Amino acid sequence: MYNFNFHSPNSIEEAINIYNSSEEPKFLAGGMTLLASMKQRLIAPSDIIDLRNIKDLSEVSSKENHITIGSLCTHSEISNNVIIKNKIKNLAKLANGIGDPAVRKMGTIGGSIANSDPAADWPAAILALKANIKTNNRIILNRDLFTGMFETSLEENEIITSIEIQVPDFFDYIKFPNPASRYAIVGIAIAKYDNNVIVTVSGASHKPFIADSLSESLSKNFSSKIPLKTISLDELNEDIHASAEYRAHLIDVLTKKIINNN
Amino acid sequence: MHEISIKITINEKIYDRSILPNTLLIDFLREELGLTGTHVGCDTSQCGACMVLHNNAAIKACSILVAQLNNQEITTIEHLQKDDKLHPMQNAFRNNHGLQCGFCTPGMIMSAISLINENNSPTEEEIRKHLEGNLCRCTGYQNIVKSIEEGAKDMREKG
Repeated sequence: MYNFNFHSPNSIEEAINIYNSSEEPKFLAGGMTLLASMKQRLIAPSDIIDLRNIKDLSEVSSKENHITIGSLCTHSEISNNVIIKNKIKNLAKLANGIGDPAVRKMGTIGGSIANSDPAADWPAAILALKANIKTNNRIILNRDLFTGMFETSLEENEIITSIEIQVPDFFDYIKFPNPASRYAIVGIAIAKYDNNVIVTVSGASHKPFIADSLSESLSKNFSSKIPLKTISLDELNEDIHASAEYRAHLIDVLTKKIINNN
Repeated sequence: MHEISIKITINEKIYDRSILPNTLLIDFLREELGLTGTHVGCDTSQCGACMVLHNNAAIKACSILVAQLNNQEITTIEHLQKDDKLHPMQNAFRNNHGLQCGFCTPGMIMSAISLINENNSPTEEEIRKHLEGNLCRCTGYQNIVKSIEEGAKDMREKG
């Protein structure tokens, strides 16, 4: 790992000031992707700005039918949080399926979302649920956040502060993990609000996406009789782990599995 | 790049040091302090040989900077033994031959203690699921799981 200047600001304002006056800075949350990338010299920031000393970013709260999750909550904290377990229990289950226990102790929801790994678990869930991403200066609608592979609509010096989610009538997420990395070869999230169902897919393309036909079909009839092979193979990744066709099949299989488990 | 001052408590001993910001915890433990019980296996956050305890939970020392741990506490495998007596989990690994080559053992033991701190009577399935972040290249998992079952029982009994 190349060297860098290290900062641990106590406030968002301070963090942004440091960012603006540094050459090639990076914000650090849990570091579960950033540090690994720096060790491999895929990235060499001039300055690392550790966000973990900033207060109030690690809280979970609920108000009426919404929950708010602070961006620095770790996957482990989310999986054990009573509010989340009561309101959207499968969100706690999702958190408990990321990486391994030691990774979950460090990795954060905000870090994962800002990183926008196409095979990560949180982005699919955030996209399926009615969710807003709050940053230090605005609110971003979930559908406007994930713009590409490791790309988001966040400005470089913008920090996610929390994620606000409307509690759904039903939510679940399951993945078919790569046996070595545990990243999703395909992951499916389904969120239902009244008769409005959204199905999202992670791992299968360059970014998480909404499966329109599946969403439409499940909105009309929430049963496992879904239309098959609705996703164009051109949209899907093809690599040593799985062909596009295999991923398309997994999308149908996992969607049905969620409905049948319901 | 400037060195930074940090204060970190390791095994109940406070260290005030000036370090380069890119110092990983694992290198600090092994190279600076000579605490070589914590091992480097994959160095990519997969194998868990480098696990140490932070707030009673196992984390991977290869994937955290010392700078992130300013004013915090870490416990390593060297600090489990008290008054010349092995920790119950260490003892359980010895009784059940919970190791083959022994390279992954420090990480396995720290991981097991972390599990028991959260759940003091895990089922076999819970133990196996918890070990997702620890690799044994000798594939000696049967006895590792047996060891953790016994270690959990002893930790419960000894409070």
